[in-house]
Amino acid sequence: MLRLVLVLLVLAVATAIGLWWRSRNGRYTAIDPALVPDGSAGKADAGPGLVASNEIGAALGSRATFVQLSSEVCAPCRRTHAVLGAIAAEHDDVVHVDLDVTEHLDLVRRFNVLRTPTTLVLDPHGTVVGRLSGGTDRHHALAALSHVPATSIRSKS
Amino acid sequence: MTEAPAGIDPRGPRFGAALTAVLLVAVLLLPAPASLVVLAVVVASFALGAVRGVGGTWQGWVYRTAVRPRLGAPTELEDPRPPRFAQLVGLVVTGVGLLLGLAGVAAAVPVAAALALIAAFLNAVFGLCLGCEMYLLGVRLRSRAAA
Repeated sequence: MLRLVLVLLVLAVATAIGLWWRSRNGRYTAIDPALVPDGSAGKADAGPGLVASNEIGAALGSRATFVQLSSEVCAPCRRTHAVLGAIAAEHDDVVHVDLDVTEHLDLVRRFNVLRTPTTLVLDPHGTVVGRLSGGTDRHHALAALSHVPATSIRSKS
Repeated sequence: MTEAPAGIDPRGPRFGAALTAVLLVAVLLLPAPASLVVLAVVVASFALGAVRGVGGTWQGWVYRTAVRPRLGAPTELEDPRPPRFAQLVGLVVTGVGLLLGLAGVAAAVPVAAALALIAAFLNAVFGLCLGCEMYLLGVRLRSRAAA
């Protein structure tokens, strides 16, 4: 009897974890602007809340940049790559880069990334304005795009 | 990233995880000697999966011969490496439990079985690969130790 209760308890815990995981997976979380340092200067060495284009090996999008951090052992990363790649293909001003975490541990540390995929959402200056944690779908990705604050567009060099 | 190997049907690992979950429930319900035997079967299955990939396990064989023919073609294929990594994580967790159990630490058997059951249940029911989610944490710890 005690064993059966134990099994049911374990399954209840697993169900709770699963429901919690599913509810927050792929959702856009904005970063509190008060915590973001002033990102007006586009310096080559990026500040704490900034990602420079030389770090991701691509020019920043004039509206938004999705910096997807992926790992080899990650099935949702591939689905997320397809979703974000399609959105970047449809929008001239949106850029999508997919980076391997093992080659970009500096970014992983700086933005405290704990799981793959995590997608950092950058404004035109490279300021991280939010993130998509976990495998994301088109609906969540477009919602993230709509949350990127409209800033004065800096011309791409 | 390295060149991706041929994709597998993602429903295969989830079906296999459901079979593993049933065995792990048996480990938790059965009395002492029998529970160790069933746990040894689970450990052996994870070892097969870690070495040969999920398709090379007996669960993969059951899926291909008994389940897959009754289903339609998969809508998408999955990289075989993430589920294989998860098999390795499962092997470590259940393997430690089995070794401690054989060494006389009786409590290690239900603890290992319960942890593995949570992971297998999440994989089967929610499609959440706990081992894959933990991969980045492992990479961060390893690089910190090396630094």
